[in-house]
Amino acid sequence: MHLGVSESMRECEYSQISTRSSTPMETPYKKRTPKKRKWEIFPGRNKFYCDGRIMMAKQTGVFYLTLILILVTCGLFFSFDCPFLAQQLTPVIPVIGGVLFLFVLGTLLRTSFSDPGVLPRASPDEAADLERQIDVANGGTGYRPPPRTKEVVINGQTVKLKYCFTCKIFRPPRASHCSLCDNCVERFDHHCPWVGNCVGRRNYRFFYMFILSLSFLTIFIFAFVITHIILSSHQNGFLSALKNSPASVLEVVVCFFSVWSIVGLSGFHTYLISSNQTTNEDIKGSWSSKRGKDNYNPYSYGNIFTNCCAALCGPLPPSLIDRRGFVEADVPQLAPPTNGITIYGSTQSQQSHTSTADMKTLRVVVLASLLLILQLSSQMARGHVSTASPASTIKSSTIKSSTVSPSTIKSSTIKSSTVSHSTASTVKSSTLSASTLSTMTAASTVKSSTVKAVSATAS
Amino acid sequence: ATPTHLLLCSSKVFIQRHYSSGTICKFQTKFPSELESRIDEQQFEETIQTLNNLYAEAEKLGGKSYLEGCLASLTAYTIFLCMETHYEKVLKKIARYIKDQNEKIYAPRGLLLTDPIERGLRVVEITIFEDRSIGSGR
Repeated sequence: MHLGVSESMRECEYSQISTRSSTPMETPYKKRTPKKRKWEIFPGRNKFYCDGRIMMAKQTGVFYLTLILILVTCGLFFSFDCPFLAQQLTPVIPVIGGVLFLFVLGTLLRTSFSDPGVLPRASPDEAADLERQIDVANGGTGYRPPPRTKEVVINGQTVKLKYCFTCKIFRPPRASHCSLCDNCVERFDHHCPWVGNCVGRRNYRFFYMFILSLSFLTIFIFAFVITHIILSSHQNGFLSALKNSPASVLEVVVCFFSVWSIVGLSGFHTYLISSNQTTNEDIKGSWSSKRGKDNYNPYSYGNIFTNCCAALCGPLPPSLIDRRGFVEADVPQLAPPTNGITIYGSTQSQQSHTSTADMKTLRVVVLASLLLILQLSSQMARGHVSTASPASTIKSSTIKSSTVSPSTIKSSTIKSSTVSHSTASTVKSSTLSASTLSTMTAASTVKSSTVKAVSATAS
Repeated sequence: ATPTHLLLCSSKVFIQRHYSSGTICKFQTKFPSELESRIDEQQFEETIQTLNNLYAEAEKLGGKSYLEGCLASLTAYTIFLCMETHYEKVLKKIARYIKDQNEKIYAPRGLLLTDPIERGLRVVEITIFEDRSIGSGR
C-alpha cells in the first residue's frame, strides 16, 4: 500500500470506505440516520423556528400581544384616520406613518428572532479541566467548596467572575445567566417578555431602536388622531365626530396608556447607553457611587458620544452557538481518564462547525496515513518493536470499544514503538487537524475530532 | 494472526480567556506546563499574541466599523444578507491563520490547535497527541 491510494480514496464516499473492511466487524454507526442540526439538541429552553434561523424564548404569549397591539392600532390608523388627514392636511402624514411603522416592525422582529449573545455550554473536556483546576485551587479537599468566583481587575476596578453551575463556565464580565431561557448571555441586559427574548450583546441595539421608534410612532399616532378628532369636530361637532370614527377612540386609549411606559423606557435606556451600563448592573447598583467613592464603571469609554456609538454602531459579533451547523455522530465515550491521558476506544460526541469539503479530504488523508502506519506496524510486529519507555498500563475495563472484538485486546500493557516516530514524518501535518478516526479495523469510518484504537492483523 | 493495535492517545490543554482588558476577546499567554516538552514558549506566546491581535482587530471601534454600522442600520440590516460583517471577515482570517499554524508548527510536534470559535470563544483548545501501540499475544 502506498500513499497513492489516497488519490483514489478522495473519490470514495463514506459507505465505500467502510465496505473495504477486511474483518467481519459491523460498523457501529447508524449510517442512515439523518444528520441533526445543532439547534435540535440545544440545551437551553429556547424555541427555534425556520430550521434554526429564528430563536425565541419559551414563553412567547406576550410577544404576540405586542405584535397584535401594534398591528391593530396602526391598521386602524391607516384605515380610518389617514384618509381624512391626507385629504385635509397633507399626504405626507401617512407616508411618514408608514415608514415609522415598518421600522418598528423590522426592529421588533429583529430583536425577537435573533440570538441575544448566548454562550454555548462548556464541552465535557473543558468542564472536567476547570473542575480539576478548581479542586487544585481549593487544596483538593473533599467537601463542596463555596460558590466559585474568580477576581479580575478591569481598568482599575475589581470585578468578580462567577462560575455558572449550569453552563459549567466562568461567566465573562457582564454576562449573566437567564433563568427563563436557561442560558448564559453575554452583556445581559434583561429578559423582555414583550419581545419574547433576552436582550443581550447581539440584539441590544435592535431593542433600543425598537423602543425609540415605537415611542415616535405612539406619539405620532396619538397626535394625529387627536388632530383628526378636533378637525372633524369643527365640522360636525364633537360627539358626532366621535361617532363617525370610533376607531380613533380606541387608538387614543391605547396610545395614551402606552406612551408613558414606552417613552419612559426609551429615556431610561438612553441613559444606560450613554453611561455604558446594562439594566442588570443599574438595578444592582454595581457601579453606583453609593457603594464606595472609588466605585466607577470600568467599561465606560469616558464620554457619552463614544458610549452611544459603541453600543449602537459598533461591530456586531456573530452568533456563538452555530444553530444551523450539523452535529457529528454521537457515540458513548470512555470511562474518565485516571491520569489525565484519555485513550479513546470509540468516538466521543464532538460538535464541530459545519464541515466543509476540506474535512472530507482531511479524513481521507488521515485514513491513508493510518493505513500506512498499520502496514508498517505489521511489518515490524515480529521482533522489531522496541519498547522505548514503559507506558502506563491500560486495564481492559477502561476500553469500552464496541468496535474491536474483545479477543483482540489481550495484554493490558501498551508498548510504545518506534513506528510512530518514523511515520510521523510521513504523516502530513494537515492530517492531524480536526479529524477523527473511528475504530479502525482495516479501513473504517472516519469521524471528526476523535481518535480510535486501530487494530490490524500481522501477517 | 496476532493482532497489533496502534493507539493514538490525546490529552487536552485549555487556554482560558484573559479579562483584565474588559470584555474583549483575549487569551492568556501563560505557557502551560504540559507543553513544555513539545514546543518553544516563545513560539506559543507568539501564536496566542497574534490571535489576540486578530480578535482585537475584529472588535475594534473606529471610523470603519461605525460607517458599517450606520450603513447597515440605514438599510435595516438587510445589507448583511449579501455582505459579510467585518467581524466575520476577521474570523475567516483567524481560521486561515490557525490552519496555517497547525500545518507549519503544531502538527509536526504532535499538537493540534482548535479554533476558539468552535468552543464559543471560551478557550483555545490544544490537543496533545502521543503515539502508543499495544502488541498482544507475542
